[in-house]
Amino acid sequence: MKKRRISSIYLIIVFALLYAPIFYLIFYSFNQGGDMNKFTGFTWEHYSALFADQRMIVIVLDTLLLALLSSVIATLVGTFGALGIAARKQKKMKSALLTLNNVLMVSPDVIIGASFLILFTSLGISLGFGSVLISHIAFSIPIVVLLVLPKVDELDPALLNAAQDLGATRWQTFSRVIIPFITPGIFSGFFMAFTYSLDDFAVTFFVTGNGFATLAVEIYSRARQGISLEINALSAVMFVFALILVVGYYFIDQYSRTRRQKRKHHQNETQNEGVMLP
Amino acid sequence: MKKTRSFFMVPYLAWIILFVIAPLILILYQSLTNNQGQWTLQNFQTYATSWTYLKMTLNSFWYALLITAVTLLISYPTAYILSKMKRQQLWLLLIILPTWINLLLKTYAFIGLLSRTGTVNQFLAFIGIGPRQLLFSDFSFLLVASYIEIPFMILPIYNAIVQLDPALVNASRDLGATNFQTFTKVVFPLTISGVKAGIQAVFIPSLSLFMITRLIGGNRVITLGTAIEEHFLTTMNWGMGSTIGVVLIVMMFIMMMLTNDRKKKRQEVLPNEEKTN
Repeated sequence: MKKRRISSIYLIIVFALLYAPIFYLIFYSFNQGGDMNKFTGFTWEHYSALFADQRMIVIVLDTLLLALLSSVIATLVGTFGALGIAARKQKKMKSALLTLNNVLMVSPDVIIGASFLILFTSLGISLGFGSVLISHIAFSIPIVVLLVLPKVDELDPALLNAAQDLGATRWQTFSRVIIPFITPGIFSGFFMAFTYSLDDFAVTFFVTGNGFATLAVEIYSRARQGISLEINALSAVMFVFALILVVGYYFIDQYSRTRRQKRKHHQNETQNEGVMLP
Repeated sequence: MKKTRSFFMVPYLAWIILFVIAPLILILYQSLTNNQGQWTLQNFQTYATSWTYLKMTLNSFWYALLITAVTLLISYPTAYILSKMKRQQLWLLLIILPTWINLLLKTYAFIGLLSRTGTVNQFLAFIGIGPRQLLFSDFSFLLVASYIEIPFMILPIYNAIVQLDPALVNASRDLGATNFQTFTKVVFPLTISGVKAGIQAVFIPSLSLFMITRLIGGNRVITLGTAIEEHFLTTMNWGMGSTIGVVLIVMMFIMMMLTNDRKKKRQEVLPNEEKTN
């Protein structure tokens, strides 16, 4: 019993430490005094300053547009990539493709940023929104593949044969059988790609040039100049946004889990499944 | 069937060639040529003979090691306790949530927390240790970097622990092992794969952090990442920057070879990778 208490306390401390900086930021976003040292009174003024800041709003919209565009394109390319990888018959070919796929997953951001910068310069692509978009698509593709691939592997070939036996065209099999089946994977891939793009600083910093800035780059240049409570207000807004995203992701995950469990349930009579993890 | 498949594969294969293979070749090419585009080992020679570069590399390595050790020490017990909790999905979500807050914002929070008149110093003054210079020190760099990396260490370890068969732990207890023995002889060896995945997820990014060294470390700690950024964006010496990049890539491969289990690789790559960034 006593041990349990110690472990609960430990966990609480870890969580407190994890969240302290975030709540600290949000708390001082309501501070009347202009710094993060002493709370002198409650105010919304930093929020109104934030929403009146034209430059900031443009940057936020750009960042969202960038995240949306890059994740949609990365999801498309990645999904077809995953389907293609799964269709390879030779094991060697498959694992070679997967290894190449994972290179960008394990490479440090600085390397990705620096090498993309060399790539864009040698191809003569000017730095700006375009180069940032291309980079975001490029580093989001592997995570989409990794999240869609298990779903494709789960696909029962008998299902495809059945569809074809019942007279479905190739397109019908694809759109009515394959796509609905792998949709949960596609959605989680899209979500992950979206957050990768929103979160990225290092790669963007390398390939952004002078004219274009994402939120992360803007916060960096402002933070170098010192404290401005507008950034605190922004972080509060972003925390709420991240919360919504996480909850959204959680529900998608739960949804696909229950579907999987239901299916497992049906199969249980005929074959013995391994233990499902929670 | 085959033709349509390959047609849809085209963008993906193009991506592999353009954004996976080409950048690696380009960075290697840059490091092996001089400004006139002639092949030379000059950059590597400069790197290997300059005490500044070598010291920086060792320093960066040392800090990455420290950060990994600190996060591992904090994360293993956390992951272990988490795996015994009810409503694990919710707790996991709470671990993941901070990783979805922009890195820059978290770093910015520490600028406020650690500044000379900041909250931490107010507390230190209150308990009588007095205000200290916290920001722009090695300690603050270590603190903030560890803070940022902790979730990436917890998740893979947690994944490994929940896969552990509880019957094995019970068996060990039944056979008379103490708690400590059960941990060192059964639990830890069986979850080492998670630890390795965690080290992989933390060590390499720690080598390449560059924004934290600027904002928090005040350039006192120069990591490989900082050096690359400096060479590429400030001094415009791409050749040297690429050389350091190649060193970083080599370190990455060594690290991965050390931490990859041959046997279990296939099963592990998928569940862990999705959370490691």
